[in-house]
Amino acid sequence: MTMFRHFLRTPEGRAGGLILALIALAALAAPVLFPGDPLAIAAQPMLHPFQNAAVPLGTDRLGRDVLAELAHGTRTSLLVGLAAAGAAVLVGAAVGTAAGFAGGIVDEALMRLTEAFQTVPAFLLALAFVSVIGPSLATVIVAIALSAWTQPARIARAEVLSIRERDYVAAARAIGMHPAEIALREVLPNALPPVLTLASVIVANAILIEAALSFLGLGDPNRVTWGGMIAEGRVVLRAAPWLSVIPGIALVLTVLGVYLAGEGAVEAMARRRGAP
Amino acid sequence: MTRALRLVRRRLLTAIPVLLIVIVGAFGLLELSPGDAVDAYLASSGGGDAQMIAELRQAWGLDQSATARLLAYLAALAHGDLGWSVSLDRPIRDVVMERLPNTLLLMGAATALSFGLGSALGIVAGARPGSFRDRFLSIGSLALYAVPGFWLGLVLVIVLSISLRWLPLAGIETIASGKHGLARALDVAQHLALPVASLGMIYLALYLRLMRAGMAEVWRQDFIRAAAARGLPRRRIVLAHVARNALLPPITMLGLQSASMLGGSVVIESVFAIPGLGRLASEAVAARDTPLLLGIVLVSAVVVILANLLVDIAYALLDPRVGSNEPAS
Repeated sequence: MTMFRHFLRTPEGRAGGLILALIALAALAAPVLFPGDPLAIAAQPMLHPFQNAAVPLGTDRLGRDVLAELAHGTRTSLLVGLAAAGAAVLVGAAVGTAAGFAGGIVDEALMRLTEAFQTVPAFLLALAFVSVIGPSLATVIVAIALSAWTQPARIARAEVLSIRERDYVAAARAIGMHPAEIALREVLPNALPPVLTLASVIVANAILIEAALSFLGLGDPNRVTWGGMIAEGRVVLRAAPWLSVIPGIALVLTVLGVYLAGEGAVEAMARRRGAP
Repeated sequence: MTRALRLVRRRLLTAIPVLLIVIVGAFGLLELSPGDAVDAYLASSGGGDAQMIAELRQAWGLDQSATARLLAYLAALAHGDLGWSVSLDRPIRDVVMERLPNTLLLMGAATALSFGLGSALGIVAGARPGSFRDRFLSIGSLALYAVPGFWLGLVLVIVLSISLRWLPLAGIETIASGKHGLARALDVAQHLALPVASLGMIYLALYLRLMRAGMAEVWRQDFIRAAAARGLPRRRIVLAHVARNALLPPITMLGLQSASMLGGSVVIESVFAIPGLGRLASEAVAARDTPLLLGIVLVSAVVVILANLLVDIAYALLDPRVGSNEPAS
């Protein structure tokens, strides 16, 4: 709880927290405020924003309510961002801990694997994966996690390398704890905080990659995505530029909120360490 | 110089297993994709009877085990043969090599923009940590970093190409313009201005922040206080001592970002219809041409390895400590 107070005391934390709270609210309220299929036709096509109270942000090329699409798109963005980042951090922490704790040939092999994943451009890897397996929410999440686990793995490994020499690990070994138990119960929990500092960057990147994938038409075809809305609006870029601009602003706000909250959390952690 | 050469040899040696893993991974994805080259051929040629299909599979070696095919794939790659693109009906290597220069031009220009402008603004911000300019640039760069490149590209198109008509909408040069030499270079520059800006602006924020953070660190060190005590002008301290010592992290980032920028160019090239590697990748996706897509993945991995090698060499030349304590063998 003190952590949260520290977080709210930083200007970045306040701004980021506010933005994220609003976006989470929009995601939770979307099915209540806009029941029914957001991809259904609501009014006449290409209505300008702020002209019709029934569709405040206007309608797209096919007459779908832009505001309803926007709210439902929030759900996809947050879901993909959080799920992919969570999977990436879990896998990365596991691989990094295994490499750092086992050492020797296992370490060498796992680090070469990590390097190989880092050598292939993340977006290209995600693109290839989704295009081979077929676009769905699950494949998009797996594809993004697949391209994002390397950084947490490297950091977890570096942490583990320094932690495994500490006295309490030696003590655990001395009382006869199984190596796997030492790795899971003693090393991993202590190696996690630096990895979690990275979490905001991973979530933000995941949201941006999801948007780019769905912009190229590789999102889940049955869900509204902001990237898909931008691509859809691009067809009528001359006549209705707002159709591409509005979802982009939502995207920028979300990612900015994640970054700001991340900065605030890092600062709060530093302050707590500094405070008595 | 031998120091740099030693470093290059060591990097190339570690690159071999990495590249092998990438190739095996690409082959695995190829195996996972539904259908094989014969199915793709039949889909484009209109079908055939069962005997012809079996003969084709045998002729193309598709009836062999996965291990045998992986070995054949590796052997072909060793000869620089990336396979055959069914959708374009051409060797993949030729297509990729044709498109690669455009992507490298886009990437190179975007890297120059983001690194040059980013570290310059980083110096401005880091000259007085905590000042108004510093806070403004730090928050501004965070906001910039949150912008998706393809959307920035579309917004720039709306403002500069559609409303103001200052710059061309898409493509890499005016088709059949008949321009040569300088006029052609200018034409290409005009076409590339928006894509380079949309790709480079995002990373600009990254270099700015790294430079600023590095400078804040250097300011606390004793030799800076010593320089100030010697009565050096502040401008000289900032440029020759603080900024110079903070330059190494952004240079390291150059290599790490090459992969990310190559990935970013996929979307940017699609937005601006630039015939590069990235656009080829989305064309391959649209045509369901998996061998072509994986050929692009392999070539980009090689490009990333080479870019990192270049950065390593630059790093070794700039910092005499790098590579000097390695065994001489």
